[in-house]
Amino acid sequence: MSGGNPWLYRGVQVLFVAALLGLWYYVSANGIVSPILLPSMTASFAEFGHLLSTGSYWPDLDVTLYEFVCAFLLAASAGCSLGYIVSRSGFSIRVFDPLFAGLYSIPAILLFPLYVLFFGLGAGSKIAIGTTIAFFPIVLNTIAGFAYVEKAYITAARSMGASELQMFWSVMLPAAFPVVLTGLRIGFIVAFLSILGSETIASLAGLGHRIVTYAESMDPAKMFAYIFFAIIIAFLLNGGVSTLEKRVRRWQA
Amino acid sequence: MSARIAEGAVRRPAAAVRMSPGVARLLIIAGLIIFWEVSVRLWGDPLFLAPPSQVVVSLYEFIWNPQVLNALRTTLYELVVAFALAVAIGLPLGLILGLQRFAYGSFYPIVLLLYATPQATILPLVILAFGIGTESKIAFGFTHSIFPIVVNVVAGVQGLKPSLIVAARSMGANRRQILTNVVIPHMIPSFFTGMRIGMTGDLLGVLLAELYVSQAGVGHYTRLFTESFEPQRLFALIACLAAIAVFLNESCRRAERRMSRWHD
Repeated sequence: MSGGNPWLYRGVQVLFVAALLGLWYYVSANGIVSPILLPSMTASFAEFGHLLSTGSYWPDLDVTLYEFVCAFLLAASAGCSLGYIVSRSGFSIRVFDPLFAGLYSIPAILLFPLYVLFFGLGAGSKIAIGTTIAFFPIVLNTIAGFAYVEKAYITAARSMGASELQMFWSVMLPAAFPVVLTGLRIGFIVAFLSILGSETIASLAGLGHRIVTYAESMDPAKMFAYIFFAIIIAFLLNGGVSTLEKRVRRWQA
Repeated sequence: MSARIAEGAVRRPAAAVRMSPGVARLLIIAGLIIFWEVSVRLWGDPLFLAPPSQVVVSLYEFIWNPQVLNALRTTLYELVVAFALAVAIGLPLGLILGLQRFAYGSFYPIVLLLYATPQATILPLVILAFGIGTESKIAFGFTHSIFPIVVNVVAGVQGLKPSLIVAARSMGANRRQILTNVVIPHMIPSFFTGMRIGMTGDLLGVLLAELYVSQAGVGHYTRLFTESFEPQRLFALIACLAAIAVFLNESCRRAERRMSRWHD
């Protein structure tokens, strides 16, 4: 199915985006759609430029990133260590793996009202929800990674007299690592998304909070500027973690 | 996504003889519930925490509370309509993108880009556009669930072995016959995978929108119970929603497992 002319496709994509922008310009300039829903394109871009040049995004970005880093580190350390402990015996895998998988199928965002009740409207509730949501993919992949290590490797290392420590560093960890890494990447991404989402629902500061504030104060050009900004940050984080993952995989191989 | 462990992936006979894993799991859950009950009754602040026994009483009271029942019914309705729309539009869209070389080359990268966009950022915009009623929840659930469906249908169509098409063609099948007898049956398993992931997205989208703003839906009641410090009712409402979510997820997972078996 691959093939065809790539330049044609790039051309169509450029045309498509240009048509969208043109439509936006036309529609908002002629008042076809309420300006509260769709601010004028020029005003939105001006606000976005203003945002970038003055650095007024910094306090909100700071809060969001702080929540995100805390949540991811908590989820990664809890998920990897618990996952490793569970993976130590076949029995505990069969007890805990279905338990975690079952809990994973409950949308954790449901816990957010509870977390607001416990941890307040500030960063605490965002960190808690991000940790909860990122924990499950990390723990499940850690268990899967360590449980799936090729039996022959373990037998071979053991018959050559490897100690427990050597076993862990030279056999188990390298074999399990790719699967654990996948879990960490999924956890990384869902932690950021859930923090953005929970900031939108109830918060005091952060990128999601800023978008909502401008939506509620009917300031759509500023809202669009912050939406662009948040999406760009998300893409940067996505791209960063994918590059890092690829590099680690190559180094490990 | 997360890898599931095959039954008996690692088996150490010494550990397996003591107790069946299912029994141990039930014991752990029972232990946690008892710990929750005892610790809340001893040290918990009744404004923030409720023991499970009170949550069960609240669950029982919900049966005679038409407003809460109605809110739950509304949420279920939003989830189902958003999902049905996503399937009805996502499946043909995925087939077109997967089968038409021009559409695939030009528009599939745009679909992938949109799929990677964090949709929580546009939640206020969706509410502004569709109002605070059911429509906005359906719209937000729809945008969350359509992308995995499209992407998996495209992957299913593209993953088809070329030899199958060549074989069908050499036996004299025309385009239409190839589509209905070769392509579509082969993309069914990944279509069902897409629906399962789409259902997860649907739940996330609808619940996010409900929690953000809601007139008479579950979002309204979670806020009400939080603000009036009635944790037992908040826990009970969350338990109801979790039950709906598990039911929908589990149905999709069963359907997926059943459908992925046919051509093995």
